[in-house]
Parts: sequence; C-alpha cells; structure tokens
Amino acid sequence: MTRGRRGGRAATAMAGSAALLAVAACGNGEADEAGESTGGDVHLVLETFGTFGYDELISRFEEETGYTVDHRVTGEHPDYAEALEQNIAAGSGAGDVVALEEAHMAKMLEQGDAFHDLYDYGAGEMEEHFLDWKWELGHSSDGRLIGLGTDVGSLAICYRWDLFEEAGLPTDRDELTETWQTWEDFLEVGLEFRDAGMDEAFVDDVGQFYTAITRQAGDAIYLNRDDELIMDSNPVVKEAFDYAARLAEEDLTAALDTFSDDWNAGIQAGTFATMTCPAWMLGQVEESAGDAGEGLWDVAGVPGEGGNWGGSWLAVPTQSEHPEEAAELAKFLTSTEGHLGAWEEASNLPSSVETLEMDEVQGWTREYFNDAPTGEIFAEGALDLQPYYMGSGHVGVHEAVGAYIDDMQRGEIDPEQAWQDALAEAERAVR
Amino acid sequence: MKIVKGAGTVPDREPPVPGDAPAGEPRQERRTRWQSLRGRFDRRFSPYLFIAPYFLLFGIFGVFPMLFTFWVSLHDWSFIGGKAGFAGLDNYAFLVTDAKFWNALLNTLGIFVVAIVPQLLIALFLADTLNRQLRWRGFFRMGVILPYVTSIAAMAIVFGQLFGRDFGLINLSLESFGLDGIDWRSNRLASWVAIAVMIDWRWLGFNTLIYLAAMQAIPRDLYESAAIDGASRLRQFWQITVPMVRPTIMFTVIIATIGQMQLFTEPVIFSADYRGGNQNQFQTVAMLMFEEARQLDNFGYGAAISWIIFVLIVIFAVINVLFISRIRSAT
Repeated sequence: MTRGRRGGRAATAMAGSAALLAVAACGNGEADEAGESTGGDVHLVLETFGTFGYDELISRFEEETGYTVDHRVTGEHPDYAEALEQNIAAGSGAGDVVALEEAHMAKMLEQGDAFHDLYDYGAGEMEEHFLDWKWELGHSSDGRLIGLGTDVGSLAICYRWDLFEEAGLPTDRDELTETWQTWEDFLEVGLEFRDAGMDEAFVDDVGQFYTAITRQAGDAIYLNRDDELIMDSNPVVKEAFDYAARLAEEDLTAALDTFSDDWNAGIQAGTFATMTCPAWMLGQVEESAGDAGEGLWDVAGVPGEGGNWGGSWLAVPTQSEHPEEAAELAKFLTSTEGHLGAWEEASNLPSSVETLEMDEVQGWTREYFNDAPTGEIFAEGALDLQPYYMGSGHVGVHEAVGAYIDDMQRGEIDPEQAWQDALAEAERAVR
Repeated sequence: MKIVKGAGTVPDREPPVPGDAPAGEPRQERRTRWQSLRGRFDRRFSPYLFIAPYFLLFGIFGVFPMLFTFWVSLHDWSFIGGKAGFAGLDNYAFLVTDAKFWNALLNTLGIFVVAIVPQLLIALFLADTLNRQLRWRGFFRMGVILPYVTSIAAMAIVFGQLFGRDFGLINLSLESFGLDGIDWRSNRLASWVAIAVMIDWRWLGFNTLIYLAAMQAIPRDLYESAAIDGASRLRQFWQITVPMVRPTIMFTVIIATIGQMQLFTEPVIFSADYRGGNQNQFQTVAMLMFEEARQLDNFGYGAAISWIIFVLIVIFAVINVLFISRIRSAT
C-alpha cells in the first residue's frame, strides 16, 4: 500500500464494508462453513478496558470470518495499562489487538517497534473516514501507523435541571448553552446559583474543570514536543489553574475527588448541580445516579471552544501470532460500521467523520438524560476538536497538579502555595 | 545402623574404582569398599540434597532478584524501554536529597508507632483474657483470628465506606453527635490512625494467638502460689505473664518491624493509588517505590529505594537483636 495517496479510498472502504455486510447477510450455515475451511482455527484475543461497546460487533466479526475472538476487559485503565506494559516489555502475554488510551499513547508510541505498522496490512486506505488529528496521532515519530482511532471524547456539561429550577435559573439546555458562552459566564451562573441560597454546590470537582480548560486550548499542555516541561511558561495552564482556584474561593465546589467513593455517593445524593461531561462520562453518571436519578440530569454545551477529553486507539503488537487476522479485526472495529456499533452499544463517540455525520448518530437522544439530543451535542463538538500533545511524562505531571488542586479546593492549602508545590513536583516527575 | 542406599540394585555395572585400587583385587572386596564409600557420601551429603530445593528456589526467586535489583539501581532504567545508561550511585545520591523519600520514611515510621504499640499491648491483654477460665473459650479464640482470613478486597470496601469524608459511617455518626467530620485522607494524623485501624484489625488476632500459645506454656503453679501470696490479677500479669513471654514479645516485635517497613497494602487500599494523599500524607516508602518504578517509569530509582528498605530492615533487626541480648544478660 502506498501511504498518503488520497484518491478513491472512501470508495474502497465503502466497497469493503459492503462486502462485509454482504457476507454478514449470508445465512449462518454458510458463514460457518467458510470458517471451517479458511480460518476456523484462528483464535484472536482482544484486550480493552472500561466499556468499548464491542460485544455485538465481535459476534458479527466472528460470524463473517469464522475466527474466534476472546474479548478480555479490564475495568480500570491504570490496571490495564500496567498489565499491558508488562506484557509488551516481556514480549508475550498481550492480546492480538490491544486498546491504547490517549494519556498512555505517547509512552506506547515510544515503543513503536513492539507494534505492527498497520500500513503493511492495508489500513492506509482508511485514512479518509477518520478525523485528521485522530489519524495523525496514531503514528509513531518515524511515520509508522501504530494505532487506529476508536472513540473521542468531546466535552459537554451535565447538569441537574431540578436544582437549577429550585435556584430560579433557566433549565432549558439550549438556553443554558447560550448563557454560558465563556467560562466567565459559567462562573456568573454559579454565583447566581449560590446566592439563591442553595445547599448544593455548583460543581463537583474544580480539577475536572481545570482539565477541561487545558484541553480546550489544544497544542501542548505540560510538555512541548521536545518533552521539556513548559507548565510554568504555558499561559493556558496557569489560567486554567486560576479559574479552578476562583471556583474554590467562591465556594462553588463540593470538593469531591472524581471517581472516589464520596464522588459517586455525591452524584447519587445530588450534592452538586453541574459537572464536566466528556462523551464517555454519561455512562458513569447513569451508573452512579441509578434509577432514582433518571430524568433529573440534562446535558448542555460546554463553555469555551469545543475540546476533547479521552479516547483510544487499537494496535496490533508484534508478538501476535496472527497479525494478518488481528489487523483485520482492528480495521473492522474502527471502520465506519465498527464506530457506529460502538456508539449504539456504549455511546462511545466515533472518531470517524463519516459515522459522526450519520443520522443514527446525529439524531440520537438519551432517555436517561431527559431525552437530551446527545448525538447532536457531542458530534458537533467532535467535528471541530483541537488535538493536543501529551508526551510520555504527561500522566505523572497531571497527577501531581491534580492532587494539589484537590487539596486547594478542600481548603488544605492556599492557591499560591498549591501552584508552587505542584510546579516543584512536576519538575521532579519529569527529571 | 548403616544406610546403604541403592547398593546391589545395579550389580552388573562396574563401579568406577579409585585410581590406586590394585588391579588383581577380588571383586567382592571392591564391592564392599564401594558400598562403604557410598554410605559415607550418603550420610555426609544427603541432608544437603534434601534441603537443596528450598535454597535453589530461594536463589532463583530471592537472591537473584535482590542482586539484579541492585544492578538496576545503578542505572537509568525504564520499564518498557529497558536500560538507558550507567548512573553509578546517582540514584542513591538523589534519594538522600529527595524530600519525598524522607516524607515517606517519616510516614512509615509514624504509622509503625501508631499501629504497632497499641496492637501488641491489646494483643497481650486479649491473650491473657483468653488464657483464663472463660465460657465458650474456644469460640472466642477462633473469633480473634477471623479478620485475618477475610479477603483484602472485602476489607477495602468496608474500610472505604467507614472512612469516607462526606458519607463515611464514622463521620456520619460523629455528625449525629454534633461533632465535625474528619477528612481522613487529608489530615496526616487522621490518615495514620485510619490505616493503623486497618492493620490492627487484621493482625491483632494473629499476635494474640502467638501470645496465647506462649502463655499456655507458663506453669500454673506460679500463678497459684502468687495468688496464695495475695498478688492481684494485674500484678500476676505484669510480674509473671509478661516476663515469661518476653522472648515471644521480642519475636512479634521483629516480625512486625519487618512487615511495617514494607507497609503497602493497607495504605494503597485507603488511598486507591500509590500517592497516599494529595500531599503524600500517608505515602509509605514501599508506595513511593511503586510510584517511581511504575507510574513515573524510573525503574532505577525505584530499585534504589527498595534496596534502602532492605538496609533499613537489616538495621532495625540488628537493633532488636542487640536489645534482646541485653535483656537476656540482664536477667
């Protein structure tokens, strides 16, 4: 396959998926028979974490190809990343197709040799249907295609419309999106909410808002492309930090560390009115709030400019015994059809432009969130996202900064001190 | 009695003869000499062969990793990237100046004191109680060891809910008495106490049973004559029980020291990461080692930290041993 040539690729891709569909349309018996003769004994292992929404797609793939796919799912990403790194380092034990999460991606791309160049397996023709930056970020520094994009996480704000009503604020999602064009506006709404004498806090965790704002700016965050720490000189980081400090100073936060037990309990008990919602967060809210929270949450646009948060790639480690078939699986799961399947099963926002523009995505509403048109809200954001550079030291730095922000919102440490300490620990982390 | 293993089972094979054996010697004599040689070999070396599997495994899984860890600690080393150049003692030099290391050491020792002193004292009193005539004594003796067999995962869930800041059971009951809740993960001393509770809950029964076993070896007539002389129960406890189980107490102190220097599971469960509080309020040395090696990918520095943990354990063990021998010579 030649790289970078653009002609006629979409047509090929469509023809390809049409062919797959045609095979799928054949009776079960036929597919099984084909499997017996061609690849009946091929056994693939797919490794992912959290919820990728691949159950339905995998059985479709198994039917079409006759391969068997064992889908291993790890609940939490840190555990997943740790095991994957060990297996990659050991040279065995990793799946035939593995998911790589965005914060982990830089580190894995440095180990580019441990993964197959998917251009060798004809993935080059898929370029057309991906968001440009998602496609680009799947490459190692020497231009090999390591990962095929799965989901992206464009941003929105989840809010409790009933609490807004109690505070005498507008409850309509479009009106709110209109009201909080900027983060400054958002803070104003928060002050109104507080001054209405509400017991509940306005936001859950100022750290989440800090993260959202740094990611909206795009480009480099803590590290520049030479992996030097630029946290101190990057105005975006300080601005986001100061904004978080103001939310805390104005007493607008419930000071809950995201994903902690208290945070989960806070969602359930409704102790705060808004939170940042990347596309994948909706599932989390639904799970934590449970049946009692159904219809109380709604989704509005995010202040500021778009912004991505999260998302993954699929890669084929060189230790795989069936690279050809593994690449087939990775390509299938990241085809327009694969993206649609993941969206329908788990609301994972596609990184495929074509899928994002489909009616099935655009017209999607989410009953739990008061029938919010989440498809339209998130897809719109996804189409004009700014990519950002993370670097392999990003996780360490972000964790340190996040910890000091959390202590700041708990009132354990004043903002100036928090910034200095975070900076010192960031420097230590990337030493 | 002579142990002649396997002699005669291979009668036809010519055994190798030591070089100076005369060529024309009768076959029978050669055989008896061979048997006695084998017997001597057997007696001298078989015991070593029997314990060899342990030392072989210990060599592979104990000594080799230790030496390899030391080798790693002399390098810049990342987990998946591997060795990235010789660093000499740089990792150790950095460790001496690393505020995070000293903080972690302070936490480790602090939690040790908060957890172990009350734990051993309570275990001692508990063992003494269980050593008396009690109704359902067997039931209570079994009961104290139950926490020890509870799974750590279950423990994580239960203690996570007890020590929550906003919805934790302890804070909810404090608040119902009109007191302020405690932020268990932010306040250094509170976090130490919470972790100490987890450790003690798990290990109290273990030490109690060890003490109980030691107390049962104390002759009954000592107590009887003390009682006749009019010594109170408390006095009997301090002047008979405690001196008699002193070697056992020292044993539990050493075991606890070794365990506490490597303290990892409980604070990790409590923290849900290796950080141990936002400002590392309860990050132990072992947690720092994991954070460096796994999260920040500084394998070399992580290895240096684990070697320092080893050295510290050796130092504490030596102090303990000196302490014991002083007590022995004093009595």
